[in-house]
Amino acid sequence: MSITCRDAMREAIRQALIADDRVFMMGEDIGAYGGCFAVSKGLLAEFGPDRIRDTPLSESAFVGAGVGAAMAGMRPIVEIMTVNFSLLALDQILNNAATLRHMSGGQIGVPLVIRMTTGGGRQLAAQHSHSLEGWYAHIPGIKVLVPATVDDFRHMLQPALDDPDPVLIFEHALLYNAEGELSDGPSPPIDKAVVRRAGKDITLITYGGSLAKTVQAAELLAAEGIEADVIDLRSLRPLDDATYMASVRRTHRAVIVDEGWRSGSISAELSARITEGAFYELDAPVGRVCSAEVPMPYAKHLEEAALPSTSSIVAAAREAMAEDA
Amino acid sequence: MSDLAMLRTMLLIRRFEERAAQLYGESKIRGFLHLCIGEEAVAVGVSAALEPDDNVVSTYREHGHALVRGVGADAVMAEMFGRSEGCSGGRGGSMHLFDVQHRFFGGNAIVGGGLPVAVGLALADHLRGVQRTTVCLFGEGAMAEGEFHESVNLATLWHLPVVFCCENNLYAMGSALTRTEANTDLVLKAAAYGLAAWSADGMDVRAVHDAMRRAVTTVRDGSGPVFVEMRTYRFRAHSMYDPELYRSKDEVAEWKHRDPIDLEVGRLRVDGLLDDAGLSALQDDVQREVEAAVLAAENGTDEPVEQLTRHVYADAAEEVRS
Repeated sequence: MSITCRDAMREAIRQALIADDRVFMMGEDIGAYGGCFAVSKGLLAEFGPDRIRDTPLSESAFVGAGVGAAMAGMRPIVEIMTVNFSLLALDQILNNAATLRHMSGGQIGVPLVIRMTTGGGRQLAAQHSHSLEGWYAHIPGIKVLVPATVDDFRHMLQPALDDPDPVLIFEHALLYNAEGELSDGPSPPIDKAVVRRAGKDITLITYGGSLAKTVQAAELLAAEGIEADVIDLRSLRPLDDATYMASVRRTHRAVIVDEGWRSGSISAELSARITEGAFYELDAPVGRVCSAEVPMPYAKHLEEAALPSTSSIVAAAREAMAEDA
Repeated sequence: MSDLAMLRTMLLIRRFEERAAQLYGESKIRGFLHLCIGEEAVAVGVSAALEPDDNVVSTYREHGHALVRGVGADAVMAEMFGRSEGCSGGRGGSMHLFDVQHRFFGGNAIVGGGLPVAVGLALADHLRGVQRTTVCLFGEGAMAEGEFHESVNLATLWHLPVVFCCENNLYAMGSALTRTEANTDLVLKAAAYGLAAWSADGMDVRAVHDAMRRAVTTVRDGSGPVFVEMRTYRFRAHSMYDPELYRSKDEVAEWKHRDPIDLEVGRLRVDGLLDDAGLSALQDDVQREVEAAVLAAENGTDEPVEQLTRHVYADAAEEVRS
C-alpha cells in the first residue's frame, strides 16, 4: 500500500501514543488546527487535549517543559513548526537537553523527542527555509535523525522515543507529500546509514530532502555509464562512518550533497572524515553540492539556484569522475 | 522545622560559604563562585515549607538551596573541588549542583533557563496525577528574560503545581532593578499572567516560611501556580571577580543591619530559647560539619581522565534514574 511521509509519521505518533501512556505530544497548532503540516490531524479527537497539547507561541517554554517532563520520566514528543523557530528554543535544546546528563554527573537523562520541519523549496524565503540540522549535529548530547523515506518516517520515531537521550528529528517539508511503499521487514537501526542505490564508480552521500534528487542524479549518470553508490546517512549524529567510508574505499570518489550552507557544515565534517580515514584511497578530491551562501531568497528562480539540484549533483559527479585515477 | 533548626541551617550556609570563599582564595575552588551570604533566610524558609518529595529547580547561586534540600555539605564541597565524590561527580562545579535522590534538579547557570524545566517537571506530575509541588527559584534578573514570561504563562494556562520563587536581591549581577525594569513592581508584573502573587521580607526566615507555606498550600489545593517575591540582599559581591562598583558601601552596611541570622538570634534570645552558650554550640556544630566537608573534599579522588567523555549519552551500565 502506498502511503505519504505525512501519514507515515502520523501513524508512528498514533502507535506510540497507543503503546505507552508516558508518551504525549505538544507544540503550536498541533491540536485544534491539526498541525501546520497536518501531521497531527485527527490526533486531538482520538487522544484528547491532555496528550495532544496545543501550546502558546512559546518555543523556549514548551521545549523546556518537554525537557522537564522527560527528566521526570515522561516521553514527550515536542513539535516545532520549523527549524528557524527552533532557534527561539536553542537555550533549552543546547544548555539543558544536551547538557543535563553530563552536568549532573550522569544522574539525569532527558528522553525527549523533538520533531521539526526543515529545508527549502517552497518559496518561503529567509525565515522558514533553512537547513540547520548540520548545526544541531555539532552538539554532543543529542542525536540528529533525518528521515528521507516513508519507511523512516514511519519507523524512526519509536526507537527515538526508546532512546534515553534527546533525539531531534528533522523532517524536510517537501517530503510530507512524497509517497512510497512501506516495506514489511524490520527497519535498520536509526544510527545506521543505508545504501539506497548500489554502484561501483562513485559514492554520493546525502540525507533527507536531498535523497530523491541524488537518486535521480544517479540515474542520469547511469545513462552516461557512471554507476553511483547512493548513501542515505539517516543520522547526522552519530554519523555512521563505517558505511560511507566502506563505499568510498570501493569507489575511490565521493560527492556530498547537503542542503545546508557549505561553510562549517555537516558536508565539511564528512569531507574531513573521508580525508582523515580514506585519503590514500581517493582518486579525486571530495566534491560537495550545498546551498548557496545566501539567506534563502523568495523568487522561485533564485531559490532554485540556491538549492542543490539534480543537475548540480550530476555536474559535481562528472567533475570527480574526470580526475585521472 | 523548628525555629532553632532553621537558625542552625542558616548558620551552616553562612559558614559553608565563608569557608568556600577562603578556599577560592587558596585556589582550591575555581570557576565562578556565587555566594548567597545575606540571603540565607530565603533558602531556609522556602525549604522548611516543602515536603522531602517536592522538586526544586535552582540557579547558579544555589549552595544554600542544595544544603537545605539535604544535599550533604561534603557532596557540595567535593563538587566545588571537582572531585568524583561531588554531588555532580565533579562535572558541574559550584553552578551545577544536582542530586536526583533529593529531587534537587540543579544548578542552572542560564538566567531564566530553569523555569521551563520546572514547568515540565510539574507537567509530568500533573499528567500522572502525582501530588507534588515544584519550586523554581530564580533571581529578579530572570524576570527580564522571555523564558520567565513564557513559563509563567504556560504554567498558569495549564494550572500546573509550580511555585515561582523570585529571590529579589535588587541586582542582576551589577545592574540595579531600577536600571533594568520599566516596572519594578515584580508582584504586579507576575500577577498580570493571572496567577496568585505576593511578596515577603526575604531577610526574615519566619516571614519567608509563612509566605512559602501559603504558596505551597495554594498549589496543593489545585489552584494553579503561585508567584512569590522574596525581598532580600546579597552581602557579598556577585562573584569572586566583582569589584562592586555599582553600589555604595553605605547601602551594603545598611542592609547588613538586617542580617537574617542576627534577626533570628535576637528573637530566640528574647523568647528564652537561645543563650550565648547555645549559640556557641550551634556555631561549633556547623563549623565541625563544614570542616569535615572540607577535609573530605581535600582527600577526595579525581575522576580518571580516561573517563572524560562519560555522561554525554547513556550507556548500558547507566540507567536513567527518573
